[in-house]
Amino acid sequence: MNPFSSETRLRDMIRAIRACKTAAEERAVVRKECATIRASVSDNDNDYKHRNLAKLMFIHMLGYPTHFGQMECLKLIAAPGFPDKRIGYLGLMLLLDERQEVLMLVTNSLKQDLNHSNQYIVGLALCALGNISSAEMARDLAPEVERLLLFRDPNIRKKAALCSIRIIKKVPDLAENFVNSAAALLKEKHHGVLLTGVQLCTDLCKVSTEALEYIRKRCTEGLVKVLKDVVNSPYVPEYDVSGIADPFLHIRLLRLLRVLGHGDADASDCMNDILAQVASKTESNKNAGNAILYECVETIMSIEDNSGLRVLAINILGRFLSNRDNNIRYVALNMLMRAITVDSQAVQRHRATILECVKDSDASIRKRALELVYLLVNENNVKILTKDLIDYLEISDQEFKEDLTAKICSIVEKFSPEKIWYIDQMLQVLSEAGNYVKDEVWHALIVVISNASNFHGYTVRLLYRAVQKSVDQEVLVRVAVWCIGEYGDMLVNSVGMLDIEEPITVTESDTVDVIETAIKHHTSDLTTRAMCLIALLKLSCRFPSCSERIQDIIVQNKGSLVLELQQRSIEFNSIIQKHQNIRSALCERMPVLDESAYSVRRAGSLPAAALSSQDSAVALPNGVAKPSATPLVDLLDLSSDDAPVPAPSQGNDFLHDLLGVDLSSGPSQAGTNQTQKSGTDALLDLLSIGTTPAPSSFPALEGLSLGQGTDTSVSALAGLASTSTTMHATQPSPSVGISPMVDLLNGFGPPEQIWEVNDAAYPSIVAFESNNLKMTCNFSKQPGNLQSTLLEANFINKSSDVYTDFIFQAAVPKFLQLHLDPASSNTLPASGDGSITQKLRVTNSQHGKKSLVMRIRIAYKLNNKDVLEQGQISNFPHECGPESTTFFNGDAVFAQMEEKQT
Amino acid sequence: MIHFVLLISRQGKVRLTKWYSPYSQKERSKVIRELSSLILTRAPKLCNFVEWRGFKVVYKRYASLYFCMCINQDDNELEVLEIIHHYVEILDRYFGSVCELDLIFNFHKAFFILDEILIAGELQESSKKTVARLVAAQDSLVEAAKEQANSMSYIISQATK
Repeated sequence: MNPFSSETRLRDMIRAIRACKTAAEERAVVRKECATIRASVSDNDNDYKHRNLAKLMFIHMLGYPTHFGQMECLKLIAAPGFPDKRIGYLGLMLLLDERQEVLMLVTNSLKQDLNHSNQYIVGLALCALGNISSAEMARDLAPEVERLLLFRDPNIRKKAALCSIRIIKKVPDLAENFVNSAAALLKEKHHGVLLTGVQLCTDLCKVSTEALEYIRKRCTEGLVKVLKDVVNSPYVPEYDVSGIADPFLHIRLLRLLRVLGHGDADASDCMNDILAQVASKTESNKNAGNAILYECVETIMSIEDNSGLRVLAINILGRFLSNRDNNIRYVALNMLMRAITVDSQAVQRHRATILECVKDSDASIRKRALELVYLLVNENNVKILTKDLIDYLEISDQEFKEDLTAKICSIVEKFSPEKIWYIDQMLQVLSEAGNYVKDEVWHALIVVISNASNFHGYTVRLLYRAVQKSVDQEVLVRVAVWCIGEYGDMLVNSVGMLDIEEPITVTESDTVDVIETAIKHHTSDLTTRAMCLIALLKLSCRFPSCSERIQDIIVQNKGSLVLELQQRSIEFNSIIQKHQNIRSALCERMPVLDESAYSVRRAGSLPAAALSSQDSAVALPNGVAKPSATPLVDLLDLSSDDAPVPAPSQGNDFLHDLLGVDLSSGPSQAGTNQTQKSGTDALLDLLSIGTTPAPSSFPALEGLSLGQGTDTSVSALAGLASTSTTMHATQPSPSVGISPMVDLLNGFGPPEQIWEVNDAAYPSIVAFESNNLKMTCNFSKQPGNLQSTLLEANFINKSSDVYTDFIFQAAVPKFLQLHLDPASSNTLPASGDGSITQKLRVTNSQHGKKSLVMRIRIAYKLNNKDVLEQGQISNFPHECGPESTTFFNGDAVFAQMEEKQT
Repeated sequence: MIHFVLLISRQGKVRLTKWYSPYSQKERSKVIRELSSLILTRAPKLCNFVEWRGFKVVYKRYASLYFCMCINQDDNELEVLEIIHHYVEILDRYFGSVCELDLIFNFHKAFFILDEILIAGELQESSKKTVARLVAAQDSLVEAAKEQANSMSYIISQATK
């Protein structure tokens, strides 16, 4: 022993650490101790091993790293004496867990100790094995443990029984080896062994059906008798807990009986009497008694039906529920949740009490009760329950509101008897707890509102009132802003007044006030503000008298630091100022959103996500243009049969798209290539109000003629306008409108790229011809870029009438990228007296493997009647690439664009 | 099954942890952090259960110390309260009206006692007397070994080695 050693005693170290006033001081002390322990470890100083490990354990508990002590544990375990082993095993259990490799090194020592002559050492080894054994160790040492189940000393038998539980949990295959010895333990008189034996049998039954059958057949009666003896046993001070003999054994026996009785009528019959006795005789004034009753109720609920017992059990739960002790009420709620599948009528009887528990001051009880109420709701009681819950929402704790709101929304969506009720309830929830409502919930609400055409006016008026009172509820504001944008005119003109409504007078400027307040409110985030801008644009069209004021508000955002807002306001301002003629068409009301498509998409958001990532391969050659994953694009599904059928949505974010707000990634990202990423923002596309295209996409704009100036922008916007109009039609088609983007921003990007027209190389073809119309195509390629082909489409009117509103649309499969320039005109004079030309650029990413192919659709008005023609062009010159037949496979998703000129 | 046992002081200091399910060192400190903020803030009259990550944590406060045990959703919470009390009573008998300081300075003894009550997260012994007897027997083994080590004959035999 080194008298000069700086070693301190464990007690002194703890004292020194406790005396530390700051964390830094503590760290210093610990560091010093660790250093001396490390030194001592490397000196192999045997006298202090024991003490060092104890210190390390304390340091470990404080949360400091103690890896270097792991080997010390192993050394101590390998030492011969009991004291060393005792502390060694303790260290092993504390410092290591089953996932550490070091643990494998201890297997041998464990094996030796399991065979040790000193039973306390055997006990230590069993305890360690039971607490941290890995699957490998369990396999290696199972025979030893199995043998120890028959050891003479009960202390070892019970430890071996619990150790076996760990083993069969880690390696269920080993279960059969233990069944016989485990069943033998059930005949023990020693409580500890019986307790652990019962527990082992329960776990055996869980991992192996053979074990379950065996124990059910051989032991059920015996167990019933044991339970009877325990229940009727006289006072034994050793096991007494508040007047009950060994409640732990009671509970474990009941649990095993539950497993045995479940699904087996004979076994259930066998235990009926004793369960009735336990349920009726157990004292319920102390926790121990209640614990037994609780377990007993659960057993009665799980075993095969016996109505008499069930009544007894439900009565016990009723008593529990009205207990003053919170613990008892908590477990009652817990139990009722399981009872609801067995006897929902009986649980419904306690509805009022349960509803009271939702309002408890205890969060755990509230949570349980809320979940129970959620299960209790059905078509008959949904109105009463929802009203109660919403009333409570007003006064509930902040941290509970989120749960509560989610549950109410879910109940309302699930059981809503009628649309108006749904809208009423949702608006109430939004007014009370709008900030807690999840995005998909309010998106769903908007879909419902959009579909409830009878209640548009009612809803917008209700929202107008609500939003005056609760400006802080972000989601309420958003829904209100959206509805006012869409149905603002109904608000002012009191259209669609219902009998139950109070009349309200709202002027146009009141309506604009609401939006202005929202956009200026400090709590409004980017999404809300962006929605406000759209609403303002729409209102500017509906309320011409307020147009100037609206313009002022929009202009105020021109200087916004958030790129998204800045861009929107500049674009919208330009629409209001310069493009009066197209504004009204542009601001058309949204088409009714497809409810079923939305719910399908919501339900299958995962596959949809997978699909969209696949779709993103179909990137159009500009930043705002989107891969065609939106339902609207699918509607013009060119991969399907000749008559395009509106396909259900499989797209990305349907509602987001329609709202034109996909800003979830936050303002910090606005202005990056976020739109490209988010992918499918149909409305953004429609209005071309996505964030600025990423720099990488600029070259894609090159093909645009900047020289065409405002004319082009007008035409492009007109094209957009017509799109939003056609969305009412059966075959809506979103525009991907790239040109307005460029035009509105008035020309950025390098000057127009010069295409080398090479007529000689490729003959022109008649791409499409019908009775009324002929379309010819010229081809040219850019030198050095064989993948790109420039097409010049020429349209000739073969009839004797003028075509107006002429729109040419085209779609290509994924491996192609299509870019359409604006058409030269949108009016096609009669009898071949002139033509429309339009340039297209197609980039074939599989040049040389697949040939160009394209579906087209041409829409125009003939004597004010809509005419639609469509076809497929696959007769492109061979020089453009070899023929391919794989084009129209069913799952190909197509991109498309459309253009139109005034 | 009990997944872990946690003793936390009123101030949030950890006094004892015992893990029956595998948690890495990092997870362990996270668990402790989460649970102490969850449990220490609860008002006294509330129920003794908190739901946490799909488990239930049963806790009980004795003087300045919170005894917490984490169990499965379908375990009997009321029984776990009894197990906690069982442990506390045995500690109390062993130390003679136990206080937090006893557990700080003799944390290893608290572990030894716990190891006689729980193995593999299951209850091992329902008799307090038996636990006390087993712990005492092992303590005396240690004492005997110590005495032997300090005895003259042992020192002489070591010296003459």
